[in-house]
Amino acid sequence: MSTRTIEIAVGLFVAAGFAALFMLAMKVSNLANYTGDDGYEISASFDNIGGLKVRSPVAASGVRVGQVTGIEYDSGGYEAWVTMSIDPQYDKFPTDTAASVLTSGLLGEQFIGLQPGAEEEYLIAGSEIELTQSALVLEQIVGQFLYSKAEE
Amino acid sequence: MMMLLDKLQSLGHSSLSSVQRLGRGHVFLLQVLPAMQGMLFRPSLLIRQMYSVGVQTLLIIVVAGLFVGMVIALQAYNALVDFGAEDSVSVMVVLSLLRELGPVVTALLFAGRAGSALTAEIGLMKATEQLSGMEMMAVNPIERVIAPRFLAGFISMPLLAVIFSAVGVMGGYLVAIELLGLDAGAFWSQAVAKVDLYHDLGNGMIKSAVFGFVVVWIAVFEGYDCVPTSEGLGRATTSTVVHSSLAVLGLDFVLTALMFNE
Repeated sequence: MSTRTIEIAVGLFVAAGFAALFMLAMKVSNLANYTGDDGYEISASFDNIGGLKVRSPVAASGVRVGQVTGIEYDSGGYEAWVTMSIDPQYDKFPTDTAASVLTSGLLGEQFIGLQPGAEEEYLIAGSEIELTQSALVLEQIVGQFLYSKAEE
Repeated sequence: MMMLLDKLQSLGHSSLSSVQRLGRGHVFLLQVLPAMQGMLFRPSLLIRQMYSVGVQTLLIIVVAGLFVGMVIALQAYNALVDFGAEDSVSVMVVLSLLRELGPVVTALLFAGRAGSALTAEIGLMKATEQLSGMEMMAVNPIERVIAPRFLAGFISMPLLAVIFSAVGVMGGYLVAIELLGLDAGAFWSQAVAKVDLYHDLGNGMIKSAVFGFVVVWIAVFEGYDCVPTSEGLGRATTSTVVHSSLAVLGLDFVLTALMFNE
């Protein structure tokens, strides 16, 4: 086989490999969601974050607007301190926006849902969300239910 | 009593010779790695080896990838339809291909097709004294023969693994949409939501690079170290396939435990 044919074949092979890698990276993975570098950071504190993880989505009206970037335990206030990065195009969240930890579907992963309020000033980088609602812990709800049943 | 001593002696002998073999293999590796600089002056050596090691393995990789992807889609559907979660078929197909099956099955097929060919080629060169002839002419056989094959295998493995995964995903897509009647938009959007670029694709590529290194090292060493008879050559080729398969599966467990343990 001539050298030229061999080199063309090897070139095609390497090109096919990179094309496959590119296709997998673009079409199948969450590469499109990696634009969080230039988002603005806001924070919130919760009593219980449930199963929330770093990189869990942050959604408003069901539409993903950002992701969780950090979760820490605040020993001073004895609650969970969550920092999240919101995409820069969504910069009109009022300062009295409420954040709650919701579950997608029945058994799905947990995410933070933002419910806008009615203030005229907007959240900027470094601001804190005051109104928060923790995740529903199944055992606590069952306990409350049994307790209220026992009282009847 | 004598039989026991004989058995103990043969056990000791085989253990010692295994350890010696391992040592020779590592010394060999330390000779091959610096010898790769020779390819800076003769890139045609590398291109030629990439053709025989990489391009000629493409057919089996593509066919195998297609069928593996289709089978996973079918089995995943059967498992998930009872829970009403058949939209997650794409997640199962893509994750199992990217994380496990792509690197591992490609490495096993590569060991069987390209690894055994490398062992046979180098072993035959040793048996027909071509390697010694090169040394007589002051040509370093490791630089000329071994190092291009080593580097070609190491470069080709990740490429082949990623082609396997991509073709497998396409095969799974075909089965899911045409055969099972799932929704194409849900297929891709579920996959995009659950597959992470660095965690899944990146780790899969790291795995395939490690597997490529080990498989081609074993293949090339078995050829270089074989008994230079036709029987020894046959044994070396079998040994390449067996040892590299075991090494790949063992390393897969170690790497998975390191990468995907949460």
